[in-house]
Amino acid sequence: MIDKISWIVALPDLVLLVMACVIALMDLGVKTALRGKTYVLTLVTLAVVAYMQAERALSGATLYGFGNMVVSDAMGNWLKCFATIAVMVTLVYARGYSAHRGMLRGGELFTLSIFALLGMSVMISGNNLLVIYMGLELLTLSSYALVALRRDNATATEAAMKYFVLGAMASGFLLYGMSMVYGATGSLDITAIFKAIASGQIRHQVLVFGLVFIVAGLAFKLGAVPFHMWIPDVYQGAPTAITLMIGGAPKLAAFAMIMRLLVEGMLPLAMDWQQMLLMLSVGSLLVGNLAAIAQTNVKRMLAFSTISQMGFVLLGIMSGVVSGDSLTFTANAYSSAMFYVITYVLTTLASFGILLLLSQEGFESEEIADLAGLNQRSPLYAGVMAVCLLSLAGIPPLVGFYAKLAVLQALVASGQAFHLGVAVFAVLMSLIGAFYYLRVIKVMYFDEPITASSVVAPLDVRVVLCINGGLVLVLGLLPGGLLALCGNAIRQMLGT
Amino acid sequence: MGLLSLAIWTPIAFGLVLLALGRDEQAPAVRWLALVGAVVSFLVTLPLYTQFDTSTAAMQFVENAAWIDRFNVKYHLGVDGISLWFVLLTAFINVIVVIAGWEVITRRVNQYMAAFLILSGLMIGVFSTLDGLLFYVFFEATLIPMYLIIGIWGGPNKIYAAFKFFLYTLMGSLLMLVALIFLYTKSGGSFDMATWHALRLDSTSQTLLFFAFFAAFAVKVPMWPVHTWLPDVHVEAPTGGSAVLAAIMLKLGAYGFLRFSLPIAPDAAHEWAWLMIALSLTAVVYVGLVAMVQEDMKKLVAYSSVAHMGFVTLGFFIFIDLGMSGGLVQMIAHGFVSGAMFLSIGVLYDRVHSREIASYGGVVNTMPKFAAFSLFFAMANCGLPGTAGFVGEWMVILAAVKFNFWIGAAAATALIFGAAYTLWMFKRVYLGPVVNDDVKALKDIDAREFLMLALLAAAVLWMGVYPKPFTDVMDVSVAQLLKHVAISKLN
Repeated sequence: MIDKISWIVALPDLVLLVMACVIALMDLGVKTALRGKTYVLTLVTLAVVAYMQAERALSGATLYGFGNMVVSDAMGNWLKCFATIAVMVTLVYARGYSAHRGMLRGGELFTLSIFALLGMSVMISGNNLLVIYMGLELLTLSSYALVALRRDNATATEAAMKYFVLGAMASGFLLYGMSMVYGATGSLDITAIFKAIASGQIRHQVLVFGLVFIVAGLAFKLGAVPFHMWIPDVYQGAPTAITLMIGGAPKLAAFAMIMRLLVEGMLPLAMDWQQMLLMLSVGSLLVGNLAAIAQTNVKRMLAFSTISQMGFVLLGIMSGVVSGDSLTFTANAYSSAMFYVITYVLTTLASFGILLLLSQEGFESEEIADLAGLNQRSPLYAGVMAVCLLSLAGIPPLVGFYAKLAVLQALVASGQAFHLGVAVFAVLMSLIGAFYYLRVIKVMYFDEPITASSVVAPLDVRVVLCINGGLVLVLGLLPGGLLALCGNAIRQMLGT
Repeated sequence: MGLLSLAIWTPIAFGLVLLALGRDEQAPAVRWLALVGAVVSFLVTLPLYTQFDTSTAAMQFVENAAWIDRFNVKYHLGVDGISLWFVLLTAFINVIVVIAGWEVITRRVNQYMAAFLILSGLMIGVFSTLDGLLFYVFFEATLIPMYLIIGIWGGPNKIYAAFKFFLYTLMGSLLMLVALIFLYTKSGGSFDMATWHALRLDSTSQTLLFFAFFAAFAVKVPMWPVHTWLPDVHVEAPTGGSAVLAAIMLKLGAYGFLRFSLPIAPDAAHEWAWLMIALSLTAVVYVGLVAMVQEDMKKLVAYSSVAHMGFVTLGFFIFIDLGMSGGLVQMIAHGFVSGAMFLSIGVLYDRVHSREIASYGGVVNTMPKFAAFSLFFAMANCGLPGTAGFVGEWMVILAAVKFNFWIGAAAATALIFGAAYTLWMFKRVYLGPVVNDDVKALKDIDAREFLMLALLAAAVLWMGVYPKPFTDVMDVSVAQLLKHVAISKLN
């Protein structure tokens, strides 16, 4: 018998599940090339779900359902809300591109996307190792299928294969680590694990052994060095629309998973995992930024840029002070990472949106050179892209700057002297980062266009793209609201 | 909305309107709108001067509102005697630059004008903010329009110049960002500059902070040996870009020294003053010599800028009020004079499309009016009494002699080198017989160019003959700053 609270907690996810099935069935009757009906129904569903999640987030209550297996808290609900919106935006950008490439012969794009989103939702709200793992598997299995959606394309299929093999291995890591933790603490429940570790009765060795595998699995999903190898290949090989699907919203879920496992579950082991995260982030910043310089393919460049950006996220997570008694600093650190992930997704959506827009029928806009002279073809879209790239580079007054600022501030505030050195290292790496972002801007603004044709976009894409790009700028001028939102959500999670 | 907010956001608003409007077919309308925007933006800064109270060192026209609560960042604006003139100077130069780009720019006119208007708003923001993070936001944001200005409308090697400009200055600023965050943490969560000024800091922290700020501001000034980006960038930038860069952007760095390095780390500033003086003297003497052998007019003026900015930093780091005021006066004077020099070169370049000194000779025969203006600006550049260039240099040299005779003597040699490279260039370009057909075909300046140069000439002359309005505004604030810097923060 399911109690009332469990219903409340699970309702948005249930709506997703039911509607995914309904949409799959309804799509059988849709014959148009652009699958208009399926598209609209999917967007309406996602809008309703996003609204429900926002409403739950605003209520501020923390609820546990299904015998503590799932949790509904402000952090989770906001992340779910943003992930839902991100998937919506992705689908808006992706539809035209997919239709031209035979990916809309059936409605799988929509159904699989909803299932992927459901997986993210479950992951984000999981309060139990197995629930989190299940959510993760639902997400990744849907993603494998999405990458392979263009089944007659050799690169896409190869990317799907690579993604599948490596992803399965990462899941294996994670599961192995979880089994260790289960073996040591005797529980799958995150809260119970926390209590067991905090009691100090558990053998440290076994726990840390499990922890290493969990961190490796997480790093794999997030794409941190040295577990990053799949990212460039999959980003490049997958159809651009799907690259956005796996490079956008799932980052939010991956962040939530890290919060659930490492912070909520294993905060008493922070001394151990902080060091691991530090190594991962330093490596990511170094490799991501240096390797991105050498790329000529935009998608591959953005893949390496993602790796370096995730380095910053990890830097934020590792800055939480645990030894001291100041929970404010800890909350600041985690909320800075949350802010970073959200703004990163926002920016990624717009920049890939432009790439999707430029990829016309029979033409893939993949090389940096394909963006040449975009400013002459369409000042508006060049402007949106420039704003996104500058934001990724962390130039004020764009939102990416405050993300970097928040992380660096958390890092410096953590009070360890060598963290100041890490901060200097991070800013020097972002200087290198600025170079390759600027190079794309250079191609768009300083080079002459290859074709003079102006860029045409359907109304829905144009509106969403303008709002998306505008937000990058507006949130840069007024970042206070989103920063406060992240801060409150994290403080509530930490129980202060 | 306060006067300062108005001064910042009026040009930016006009810039955004220009971006939204306008294709190249409507270029005339775009130009007029840009001119109206620039003039209005200048007019709204005038009340700042007329209502300024010269008897107090306190910040005036203060606006303070919450901006980002999470970091306790305030939208905190205000000007004192140190910053007031730069707000007006920026708005003034902006008008000149819009006039200068009137017929020259034919491609993407609206973006060109918008970039300059937005840039001017951002730079006014730098000069009028009292919050550390807001300062950084404005300071960095100026890179974006300048990068585009150089890259889109620049010369043949513009890409290299645009990247060099952006990355070189970004490197310095990023270290400053770490310093700002460090100060934020040290001060218990405040980005307020006044709080930082009062903050006690130990010797190591001060040294680290001093050099982090040094990285940002020395690159921007630019001081020797991190000046190498400036000649490359000036050569490739369009005329308007060069003028704004020399007239205003370099001042952002010098201004930063006064707002951050000196008051926040006074002990480190005193400790490392010898280094700063040495670098400044090197800039004055060595770079002055380098300027002499340049073949390219823009490069020559660029090196001359480095040398002149050496005077500014020299004036700051001898900690005598005459020197500091002299440095500030020199900054304003250099704003007028270097802007005018670059615009003059632009006038020639628009006609002949060469910056090489060797492509000219005897210009005075075909462009007498223009040559008269150029001679006047050249005299100002070498510091002839009665022009703006004289006042600041003279004050700094006097102060330097008071501080140490030999330093003063070394600085004074700059007057000789300055005269040498400027007048030699003038001789080779303007005097002598007409050397080639290009020069023979030259037409003298039209009304637009005359207006632009006349405005600048008037400013240069006014400042040279009657510098009192400039120094009066500064005196109290400079004295206050020196008093603050003299007190150790260590114990």
